[in-house]
Amino acid sequence: MLIALFADIHANRQAFSACLAQARDQGAERIVLLGDYVGYGADPEWAVTTVMELVDKGAVALLGNHDSAIGDPRAQMNMDAQIAIEWTRGVLGASQRKFLAGLPLIANDGERLYVHSEASSPASWTYVTSTLEAARSITATSAQIGFCGHIHQPAVYSMSATAKMTAFTPTTGAAVPLLQGRRWLVVLGSVGQPRDGNPAASYAMLDTDKRELTYCRAAYDIEQAAAAIRKKGLPVWLANRLLLGR
Amino acid sequence: MAKPLHEPGVVVDDYRLEELAHSGGMATLWRVSRPGVTMPLLMKVPRIGEGADPAAIVSFEMEQMILPRLTGVHVPKFVAAGDFAAQPYIVMEAIPGQTLLPRLPELPLPDAEVAKIGAKIAMALDDLHRQHVVHLDIKPSNIMFRPTGEAVLLDYGLSHHFRLPDLMQEEFRLPFGTAPYMSPEQLRGIRNDPRSDLFALGVLLYFFSTGVRPFGESETLRGMRRRLWRDPVPPRGLRGDYPPWLQEIVLRCLEIEPAWRYPTAAQLAFDLSHPTQVKLTKRSEQLKHDPLTTVLRRRFNQDATRPRTKQALAAQLSSAPIVAVAIDLAEGSAALNDALRTTAGRILATLPAARLACLNVLKQGRLTIDFTLDEQGHNRQIDRLVGLRHWAEPLKLQEPRLTVHVLEAVDPAAAILEFAQANRIDHILIGARQSSLMRTLLGSVSAKVAAEALCTVTVVRPNLTAEKEKPSSADDSGLSSTG
Repeated sequence: MLIALFADIHANRQAFSACLAQARDQGAERIVLLGDYVGYGADPEWAVTTVMELVDKGAVALLGNHDSAIGDPRAQMNMDAQIAIEWTRGVLGASQRKFLAGLPLIANDGERLYVHSEASSPASWTYVTSTLEAARSITATSAQIGFCGHIHQPAVYSMSATAKMTAFTPTTGAAVPLLQGRRWLVVLGSVGQPRDGNPAASYAMLDTDKRELTYCRAAYDIEQAAAAIRKKGLPVWLANRLLLGR
Repeated sequence: MAKPLHEPGVVVDDYRLEELAHSGGMATLWRVSRPGVTMPLLMKVPRIGEGADPAAIVSFEMEQMILPRLTGVHVPKFVAAGDFAAQPYIVMEAIPGQTLLPRLPELPLPDAEVAKIGAKIAMALDDLHRQHVVHLDIKPSNIMFRPTGEAVLLDYGLSHHFRLPDLMQEEFRLPFGTAPYMSPEQLRGIRNDPRSDLFALGVLLYFFSTGVRPFGESETLRGMRRRLWRDPVPPRGLRGDYPPWLQEIVLRCLEIEPAWRYPTAAQLAFDLSHPTQVKLTKRSEQLKHDPLTTVLRRRFNQDATRPRTKQALAAQLSSAPIVAVAIDLAEGSAALNDALRTTAGRILATLPAARLACLNVLKQGRLTIDFTLDEQGHNRQIDRLVGLRHWAEPLKLQEPRLTVHVLEAVDPAAAILEFAQANRIDHILIGARQSSLMRTLLGSVSAKVAAEALCTVTVVRPNLTAEKEKPSSADDSGLSSTG
């Protein structure tokens, strides 16, 4: 089975549409959404509605920190994120807010585990930046392969039978075999706000038969997404960073 | 963990163990058969379980990832892999014949044979590097040859793949490899420089041509570390009649600093295949190793070599192409040859590590650079070589970047294509003949080359408007000015 995995969509309609279309062309049979559908971007209503429709058709959707912040006024964020979240609260309808509030923090799917951030304490929203957090995340559950997002930079971690860790920055389009006999943590790049220097939208495809993971990039109309952010009066940096991929 | 299988006659997933082919520290190799498969097969089974070296498992995992992703004649064909949790194994094509290991008692081999073997290995390395893999364990026991002559590189357990997780990198603090062949940067734990393989090949060339290992056989880390500052005794110091061109090549491979070695395996293969074209530097004359002051400077300046990023290394591989330019020295080619020179100049200006091979085809005869031709042929060869150098002179290329070749052939296009393939040329520049009379007589060489080449081809034309303005410029041809 081919699973398409998306994380950190951040209300970027142009990026998410491009990724969904490309994944469909690649033959994706299942969709997994790892949270942060809103925040930063100009189209939160469309993003949440789209996610709700996908979930109706069988997609798995997890809760992200920005999604959680919609219903939690105490959530601490940086200034730009805070401004965007406050604006988003006003834009989303009641059913959308209810949908977000009902999303799970963590989900199991056979040998796989889905979570937005580090898995040992999913509500703390810890970034996986090194083998240290990756090891904690892997040992927190019994899943063979864990998937998360949150940091907006792709990475693949593995733990050997003797608990030794390896870290790897994947190459777009080159399939990585997720060997049995090791446990893996797959950190996805971001659909709607990539921060690895490549402005194209980032997602991943998992071939469960071959146990192979491929990181993908989708080109999209960044100008249009940035213009929409400016038009809504959101912080200009949120528009500019899309063009830089930072 | 799975039970080891150790008996002839045992059947694993349809593969029947026939005979133990090799038993090593990390794995055992069995000849196996499978109904319906005619290709001779080999099964590699890692040594795992109680007391086994943990490196055996990791290196087996690496090979299990890398081998299925490799293609071409220079690697054993991957057939199947066993599930690690049940019974780990890899089944691959069994290459007939022997590795280079049994040849050690014959050393030293004749220089020409060493160069021939070296060129074949360098070709195989070039192919491997282009598939994003650094072998990191080049040594005689990992090299075989197909009946058709191509080198085959075995054992990817210590290799690094640029697009796959490097499981060896983070697991072990000590460097892995084979002590006599390991490059200085490998000793420092750097595993992603393709030029480490050129160093190992340099060790092999030195050993095969002198019978002596350049860095001895020390297995201790302390002994091995000496090569970080101490260069080997030049081969000419061991043997007075050692050819300078071979010493130049071998010592360039053995440079401590990777940047001073050949930038690509293709460029090394090129020099090994064209001994008369090797540019000799001070390296070729050296009789003793470097003076103590140089050695001490290296000894206490160990930070000089820093690990480089993946991107930088990938860029380096593609920034050192071999460009071939086909020059017609006949009358009426001056404008076209100027245009070719301008195009070549543009490419070489942006890529300082690129090389330019200037070709001219002498119609009829065989494809060789043979200086023992009959009197007339000899003179024509020399004339053409002089003509090619004259053409290239305005480019002001430093000598090692430029080579000139006169190919003898019935079919010029076929000769150019064959040269390009045999020398791993990355880019061919060729002129489109303007004169319809010439094209009728000779056929369109450029069209055939552009259609059939395995690399990039640029077909160059002089600017036609300029040509119209001064129609007489064609009189001053390249050939006529070689006095």
